[in-house]
Amino acid sequence: MKSIQELEQIKQRTLQEVNLRKDRKGTRVVVGMATCGIAAGARPVLLAFVEEVQKRNLQDITVTQTGCVGVCRLEPIVEVYKPGEEKVTYVKVTPEKAKRIVAEHIVNGQVVTEYTIGAAEK
Amino acid sequence: MDMIKVTIDGIQVEVPKGTTALEAARVAGINIPTLCYLKGINEIGACRMCLIEVKGARNLQAACVYPVEDGMVIYTNTPKVKAARKANLELILSNHDRNCLTCVRNQKCELQELSAQLGVTDIPYEGQRINYTIDESSPSIVRDPNKCILCRRCVSVCRSVQGIGAIGVVERGFKTVVEPVFDKKLDEVNCIYCGQCITVCPVGALREKSDVERVWDAINDPDRHVVVQTAPAVRVALGEEFGLPIGTRVTGKMVAALRRLGFDKVFDTDFAADLTIMEEGTELLDRLNNGGTLPMITSCSPGWIKYCEHNYPEFIKNLSTCKSPHEMMGALIKSYYAEKNNIDPASIYVVSIMPCTSKKFEARRPELAATGHPDVDAVLTTRELAGMIKEAGIEFNKLPDEAFDPIFGDSTGAGVIFGATGGVMEAALRTVYEIVTGKPLKAVDIKAVRGIEGVKEYEVDLGSVTVRTAVAHGTSNAKKLLEMVKRGEKEYHFIEIMGCPGGCVTGGGQPIVPARERMDKDIKALRAAAIYDEDKNMPVRKSHENPSVKKLYEEFLGSPNSHLAHKLLHTHYTPRSKY
Amino acid sequence: MKLYRSHVLVCGGTGCHSSGSAGIIDAFQAELKKHNLEDEIKLVSTGCFGLCAVGPVVVVYPEGAFYSGIKAEDVPRIVEEHLLKGRIVNDLLYHDHAKAEDVVSTLDEVEFYKKQKRMALRNCGVINPEKIEEYIAFDGYKALARVLTEMTPMDVINEIKASGLRGRGGAGFPTGLKWEFARKAPGDKKYVCCNADEGDPGAFMDRSLLEGDPHSILEAMAIAGYAIGSDQGYIYVRAEYPIAVKRLTIAIEQAKELGLLGKNIFGTDFSFDIELRLGAGAFVCGEETALMRSIEGKRGEPTPRPPFPAVKGVFAKPTLLNNVETYANIPQIILNGAEWFSQVGTEKSKGTKVFALGGKINNTGLVEVPMGTTLREIIYDIGGGIPNGKKFKAAQTGGPSGGCIPAEHLDTPIDYDSLAKIGSMMGSGGLIVMDEDNCMVDIARFFLDFTVDESCGKCPPCRIGTKRMLELLDKITSGNGEEGDIEKLEELGNNIKASALCGLGQTAPNPVLSTIMYFRDEYEAHIKEKRCPAGVCRNLLRYVISSDLCRGCGLCTKVCPVSAISGERKAPHIIDPDKCIKCGACAEKCPFHAITKG
Repeated sequence: MKSIQELEQIKQRTLQEVNLRKDRKGTRVVVGMATCGIAAGARPVLLAFVEEVQKRNLQDITVTQTGCVGVCRLEPIVEVYKPGEEKVTYVKVTPEKAKRIVAEHIVNGQVVTEYTIGAAEK
Repeated sequence: MDMIKVTIDGIQVEVPKGTTALEAARVAGINIPTLCYLKGINEIGACRMCLIEVKGARNLQAACVYPVEDGMVIYTNTPKVKAARKANLELILSNHDRNCLTCVRNQKCELQELSAQLGVTDIPYEGQRINYTIDESSPSIVRDPNKCILCRRCVSVCRSVQGIGAIGVVERGFKTVVEPVFDKKLDEVNCIYCGQCITVCPVGALREKSDVERVWDAINDPDRHVVVQTAPAVRVALGEEFGLPIGTRVTGKMVAALRRLGFDKVFDTDFAADLTIMEEGTELLDRLNNGGTLPMITSCSPGWIKYCEHNYPEFIKNLSTCKSPHEMMGALIKSYYAEKNNIDPASIYVVSIMPCTSKKFEARRPELAATGHPDVDAVLTTRELAGMIKEAGIEFNKLPDEAFDPIFGDSTGAGVIFGATGGVMEAALRTVYEIVTGKPLKAVDIKAVRGIEGVKEYEVDLGSVTVRTAVAHGTSNAKKLLEMVKRGEKEYHFIEIMGCPGGCVTGGGQPIVPARERMDKDIKALRAAAIYDEDKNMPVRKSHENPSVKKLYEEFLGSPNSHLAHKLLHTHYTPRSKY
Repeated sequence: MKLYRSHVLVCGGTGCHSSGSAGIIDAFQAELKKHNLEDEIKLVSTGCFGLCAVGPVVVVYPEGAFYSGIKAEDVPRIVEEHLLKGRIVNDLLYHDHAKAEDVVSTLDEVEFYKKQKRMALRNCGVINPEKIEEYIAFDGYKALARVLTEMTPMDVINEIKASGLRGRGGAGFPTGLKWEFARKAPGDKKYVCCNADEGDPGAFMDRSLLEGDPHSILEAMAIAGYAIGSDQGYIYVRAEYPIAVKRLTIAIEQAKELGLLGKNIFGTDFSFDIELRLGAGAFVCGEETALMRSIEGKRGEPTPRPPFPAVKGVFAKPTLLNNVETYANIPQIILNGAEWFSQVGTEKSKGTKVFALGGKINNTGLVEVPMGTTLREIIYDIGGGIPNGKKFKAAQTGGPSGGCIPAEHLDTPIDYDSLAKIGSMMGSGGLIVMDEDNCMVDIARFFLDFTVDESCGKCPPCRIGTKRMLELLDKITSGNGEEGDIEKLEELGNNIKASALCGLGQTAPNPVLSTIMYFRDEYEAHIKEKRCPAGVCRNLLRYVISSDLCRGCGLCTKVCPVSAISGERKAPHIIDPDKCIKCGACAEKCPFHAITKG
């Protein structure tokens, strides 16, 4: 290793990978991955969130999965927990919608209201 | 030299920086008890006898390895120290074969002395003792681990001083034992039987193989003509066994005692030493003039010979073919002497009194039987002789001085100095110089080859050639020298090597001096000084001027290296593997 | 670069390895392949998690689900339910013994971990020790970088001194001071050594560190090299730790590949190389000077001090020797500062200590707690208390060199000085818990037996003295003890402590002396009454058939291997005490529980 910069580069590269194992204090994105969710296509949604978070190098975001949320007809369902804010539930999420949610809600703090469960129920 | 002040038991002393507490205490007149300590050879703090209390230190310290610092306060005799010392000694005794009455070191044992000094009256912790087999495999040395106190002096001497390591510490904990590698016996490894281990052993764990009974039997056998010869180093040390100071010359008394013991003739190995110079000097000149193998290396030390055979077989061709002096003498006794006195050689029993244990092995070498009978029948150490004298009730110190029997009892100063390192070289040079240059050697004392330095070099200008010589004593120095020769760093014509450090005066068969005395006295120097004194006081000091030697050649041998001389006085050697 | 949504960490420490974690890893690999999840799920083999009692351990992130006692057969279920469907498999999770109803799902909710502060063990169970990149990801080698580019050697030494770090090998010597001595010693060739010869029976702190986070040791040694002026390090690791040896070898190779070891590290003129030296089964080689003689190729025996290793150590050069755990703390002190470290712990003992909990305790495993945590907290709050409802009797710290701590001292805060005050010592971190069914005389005998076997044999007090002490204890536990034996043990023990050449001998009598101090009554029962109160010492056991309960069925007679039981049918039977070999077969067989041992 010739320089500290090289060390830092390796650190950053690998950190994205292993960050998953550390404390979960930041924002949590929970994707419903029960049978209904999977049938409705939750896995590509999950992967899209993971990819987008990593691409943007976002710190303190955990993308995780959970079982059946309950509202099976609205799957795929994604819940976003931001510290200090109320939980937001997005329904009928697609990989494209996932990207918008990351850009607008997670990064800029603007809830994408039209994708939320509230909007769907209306 | 930085001097510092130390207080020991309230006494203030000034000592050089780095002095051990043990040495500093001696300056204060206090002798802290020791057991494993042997100055210059074994300073390891293992036995825990020399424990002292040092103000400010948490634990008791071992004085023999503890360097003092300026202002240090030491206590050598507090209740805590005394209790610890005594407890440790009791533990050692609980694991020792305490049959003192039948032990060879009875009354000459450092463990006995220490027990008396510390006032041991009972052993409170008796327990298991491992029963070891005594190793009597070799003709020279007996190992008895039941008596061993694991002081490791023998390992130090064999490994560090001699550079051989035939014995070492094996196993651990309670099962620790000092022995050769892989459960082998002494005669299965590269031990050279130099006996240095015996001379440092504080107890009876190492001793020479006794030949005393055989010799008594021969003396008491009316059909045997028993002839004895004595090596030069014996006469400057035998007196120590009778309380005389180290370095007292007792030649006359020694001869008288031998006669009283019942030997039929008392000869002097020094005669054969002079003979060796004639034979070896001629051999050297022959190699010098006719492109023979050089360097030539002396061959009178059987320890060195065995070392060469095991470790440097490539140098066997360099060894002089001369037998060692006492073997030459034996061969001549069973030929020339037998003829001249009409005695059947088969009935002659030759005994050599030697400062050496390796010669017990040497005497049994099958090739050393020039007349069809062994040249020498038995070898006794200086210690064994002293034992016989005491057993016979002879009051050694009151004996008058007597002279050796003639012919084989006539020797020169050159013969006697064989006993010290550099002696063979000096004796040889005195003769070779005069033979080659034809001029008398005025400076008979060649001081350059004397002294205890491990490897000594000396160049002598003989006119036609400048002879480069070297002298080494102790096998580590032999190794150092030979490695330099092998690497081509040095070129010599003639090398003297003695197996024992210091030469024969401190050989494996000499009286054992306890560690306490060795702290103040330089045994090598004291005994060697006596040897050189003996030399100075001899009427003839060069081997080729010995009239009896000249007569032997005229009457019997012809000339040095003659056919008969070769048959009787020369030998060959055997390469050996290490194990 | 692969993007993983989930990491599955399988413990690859020796404990779980020997319980089959390698098979679990294979099973996961197969299942992930079967379900095409290899690109989504990252499978990692890590170091020891610490909760060894419930191994093999598998932790799934990002949830932090803590699965315990996993077998290879459980793997398909975990993959299908948890990884595919997001449903955590409840019955495979670790259930806290203290709270049986609650199902614990995540790592930091486990009682075991709540009171711990994993500083030295920060990376164990988190990273893959065979991947240097993962160590770097968690700030690995950053401390070395800082040291080489921003600090002078004295800066480093002052930082370590200010932190208050003390040697974790047992003696507790101030680390910064030790480094300073080595720095000050004259000489241009110096050595940095690591004592990885962890020999105390039951101790595995260093093993877990070496298996789980080997790079932290390498980095710390390089930092030490810079501080004292050395370019060569030796790690002396016992050969009985093959996984540690393997991980260290890989770590050194990887560090060399990246130029973090070797010539001109980070482009400076500091070079440092590390070599491994394997032990060969000698506990005494954990002693500083014996270790150095062993590295030199000599018989591994202690040599007198002075000269101290800082002045004349390996190959007669100035040498620094520190324990594995001491080194593990160094990088963090450099990165976070001395004050950060010294805020944890007590006044004279800063930082944390890793303990290996063993013996009669529920949560056997590795724990790291701040100094000052009480014994009670460790045993009950973290350790989960004594199994089977038995009563705590004593705890042994410091292995064969330490003393036992009875119940009355349970609230002692753990630090170097307070433990020494009550007759024990911190030691390297082994903590064995004993309950009412342990005989303290037998325990003392066990430790002394170990010491006698491991003594190097150089000095009489240890070589012969400990053997004689063991013979006395054998006498006592076999029913042949005499009046005065306890006094003999005390006297001999104190003499050995005062005279032995090295720490092994000086501390060998400690287990005996401390058990005599706190449990003298047990010794006296053995000697005067020929009775073992805890019912352990075989020769002192007496099996007795109660004449009230015995129905004379004769089952015991049939099962006795030495025909020691006699009796008529339907009449009470009796055991002949002279024939009885105390095997206990009769008591086990008796359907009326009429046979008791006492």
